[in-house]
Amino acid sequence: MSTLVSPRSAAAGSAPAPAAALPRLLRGIRADGYAMSLDEHLDVHGEMPHERRRRRGHSALIDQVEQAGLLGQGGAGFPAARKLRAVAAARRRSIVVINAAEGEPASRKDGTICQMLPHLMLDGGHLAAQALGADEVIVCVCETAPGSIDAVATALEERAGREDGSIRMQLSVVPGGYVTGQETALVSHLNGRPALPTFTPPMPFEQGVRRRPTLINNAETLSQLALIARYGPEWFRALGTGSQPGSTLLTLSGPVSAPGVYEVEPGASLSSLLNAAGGTTATPRAALFGGYSGGWVAGELLGGVALSDEHLAVHGASLGAGVIALISEHACAVAETARVTRWLSDQSARQCGPCLNGLAALASSVEEIAAGSVQGDSGKRIARLASLVRRRGACSHPDGAVRFVLSALETFTEDFADHARHGRCDACAHEPELPLPARYRPVGHGDLTGAR
Amino acid sequence: MSHRVRVNPITCEAHGMCAELLPERISLDEWGYPVIDGEPLPHSLLSHARRAAQACPTFALLLEREHEGA
Repeated sequence: MSTLVSPRSAAAGSAPAPAAALPRLLRGIRADGYAMSLDEHLDVHGEMPHERRRRRGHSALIDQVEQAGLLGQGGAGFPAARKLRAVAAARRRSIVVINAAEGEPASRKDGTICQMLPHLMLDGGHLAAQALGADEVIVCVCETAPGSIDAVATALEERAGREDGSIRMQLSVVPGGYVTGQETALVSHLNGRPALPTFTPPMPFEQGVRRRPTLINNAETLSQLALIARYGPEWFRALGTGSQPGSTLLTLSGPVSAPGVYEVEPGASLSSLLNAAGGTTATPRAALFGGYSGGWVAGELLGGVALSDEHLAVHGASLGAGVIALISEHACAVAETARVTRWLSDQSARQCGPCLNGLAALASSVEEIAAGSVQGDSGKRIARLASLVRRRGACSHPDGAVRFVLSALETFTEDFADHARHGRCDACAHEPELPLPARYRPVGHGDLTGAR
Repeated sequence: MSHRVRVNPITCEAHGMCAELLPERISLDEWGYPVIDGEPLPHSLLSHARRAAQACPTFALLLEREHEGA
């Protein structure tokens, strides 16, 4: 067994634990929007605990993470301790990768972490490396997020002078793109190949960067780990639900007074989040949970929604990487779906036939419904395409895209039926509400303006 | 020990040889890519599956041995 000791005082894990309440990750952030400096960060959270590792594969921190019940915050919700143990069990020296490559256009949380609290995230990477006996941490940030790149680079410089150098930390700028944030795509990029998903096995924890066992965790997961290392698992579990303990960052967009990133307690009501965001500015037509691989919940049900995966499962949705995108009653749900489906099709890495062909066909089908130019039974066609795409790619992108489309069909059944019969509606001309990258122009053949 | 066929969708180029040689487990979708039935292969199909894997021009068809508890 190993022990956790804080260099500043003798008692184990001795940073004075703050109140268990919120904010946790966002505690002490600057009001001016700039990143917390290393000194500011240390004033709020104290020094990192130092773990003396006695035996390979054994780490007090991993035990603590397990007791805390920390789940991966990148979307899949895999238990963080299990991932750590898988890498810790490997014989070869491992590498830690911090995944801040946020490809989800509706998500801002990784960017918020990089730009406001980079040191907590870097602490997490450092502590994970320490627990695994790794000597290298690589932070992956998308080239499309220059603010995050600058903030992380500055934070790394600040730390360079103060650390003992036993763990090297570096920044890697990865190309933008929805699938770039997939673990195997990051590994491929860090190995000098295109940032595209690869066929598994081997999984990154078996053979990743430079063929070494590689721990890849989301920026928020590692930031949470840095809090657990300091304040302990009981403190962590004092918030949240049994299956989703702690706090989580959510990105809220759509018709609210103050869209942005919020730290919430899993299990809290959506209404409380909307209140925190200054209330809605228009009646919500529906909310998309979990981003563009997630599911919709209709507006009339939103009053009863609690922000936990357990509750959202009832609606066939989950928090995923923490995205909640509302659309207002002014939006056309069919046009929004068509636009995002085409974007998802364009985001295919174009490596796997079923994804490349299937998502393009799916996007065209949705566009045909939106334009009222349907031939045959479009519902049947979409169901068939969905079954032809699902689980047939090397990565989970096609599965997520199918989930998004099917959920839209189910939630907006009448709108789709209306469009199939009568074509465009008045709301189709409304400014699109679901966020897509500003530079995005459809490359697919059937884009909406063309079909008009 | 049981065997299953699996396709590497990245290397697969839709030549379609596999569906010719192992129709019991493989059909083709509307774009010519294999749709795989992942049920364990009975002994009688093993040699056909092996031949299908060897015939794939891009070696995208894999004959995988079932791992215990994996």
